Amino acid sequence: MKLYDRGKIIAGIVIFLILITFPFWYGKGKAVTPPELDLDTPAIQQLADKSCVEDAAFMRENHMKLLTAWRDSVVREGNRTYRAKNGKVFEMGLTGNCLKCHSNKDRFCDRCHDYVGVKPSCWNCHIVPGEVRQ
Amino acid sequence: MTPTRRQFLIIAGISTLGVVCPSVARLMASRSESAAAPGLKAKRWAMAVDAAKCRADCTDCFTACHNAHNVPDIGNAKEEVKWIWPERFDHVFHAESHARIPEAMRTRPVPILCNHCDNPPCVRVCPTGATFRRPDGIVMMDSHRCIGCKICLAACPYGARSINFRNPRPFIGKLNPDFPTRSKGVIEKCNFCEERLARGFLPACVLACEEKALVFGDVEDPKSEVRQLLDRKFTIRRRAELGTKPQVYYIL
Repeated sequence: MKLYDRGKIIAGIVIFLILITFPFWYGKGKAVTPPELDLDTPAIQQLADKSCVEDAAFMRENHMKLLTAWRDSVVREGNRTYRAKNGKVFEMGLTGNCLKCHSNKDRFCDRCHDYVGVKPSCWNCHIVPGEVRQ
Repeated sequence: MTPTRRQFLIIAGISTLGVVCPSVARLMASRSESAAAPGLKAKRWAMAVDAAKCRADCTDCFTACHNAHNVPDIGNAKEEVKWIWPERFDHVFHAESHARIPEAMRTRPVPILCNHCDNPPCVRVCPTGATFRRPDGIVMMDSHRCIGCKICLAACPYGARSINFRNPRPFIGKLNPDFPTRSKGVIEKCNFCEERLARGFLPACVLACEEKALVFGDVEDPKSEVRQLLDRKFTIRRRAELGTKPQVYYIL
């Protein structure tokens, strides 16, 4: 079998493989430390029982699903109260509830979202407290 | 030993009670819980606009609403975003307008807003269900689901809907942090202050009006202010002949 332009084709394949594997060998051996989330806000300091609406493990894994469920519940059904697994009742709300405690979005939400490369579209509309122009 | 007829009936009665009582108790508990939730509730929210009471050049209700809901002021009529705004009489009541209408009535602008129709055309055409009618009559916008297709814009016979042709944030004078803005490419309109009703407050425009020209309440409740006004006075609705069953009533 004759391969026309053998040199160009093989060179092309080699360049392609180098480029496609670039992220792997460039990042080899470098460890990116997971972000440290900052829970030190005035509102959290004042809490006697320093717990979120659900336990931390659940929140870490499911906060996005919980927020979507809250969103649909508030907007579509007009139901604004959330009954946690332990029976505590909370008002549903991203800026109205979550960010009251986690008032340090840049050191809590953003650190992890940047690390895993997700861009939630919440902030296109919802206003981050403290971002308000006077 | 086989039970006597009397014993059998006693046991059957007690068993029935045992099954019924806990479920009744649970039902009562859930009812008291929902009653405890704060906020104003109604069978059918409606508004009456007594345009005759409006002061000339008064903009209180428009500014109160637009400040409360972060409505941008683009400064360009083609891209205008509005929830409640003044309009000329002959534009609002085209069919009712004629040359012999009293001068004062003809020249006075009428405040107009979304009519929260009982048969809303916008809801019927929305392909994503982003706009929907709540059981209490409020026609809501769910911006999360809006894809900006503008079909509702064309369907609404009242021009009550606006689209954000660009990011509205830079055009909002003073942001109200308690209410979200919208993003580029979503439709917005009056929501009868749904978020305020949930907290137990009347709509912002109604509270802002010093002349009490805007009356809001449950039209199904014979004791409500709006119902008593409708029982007393002759009111008209905008383009009711279209069959949209608008729920904003005008006194002229």
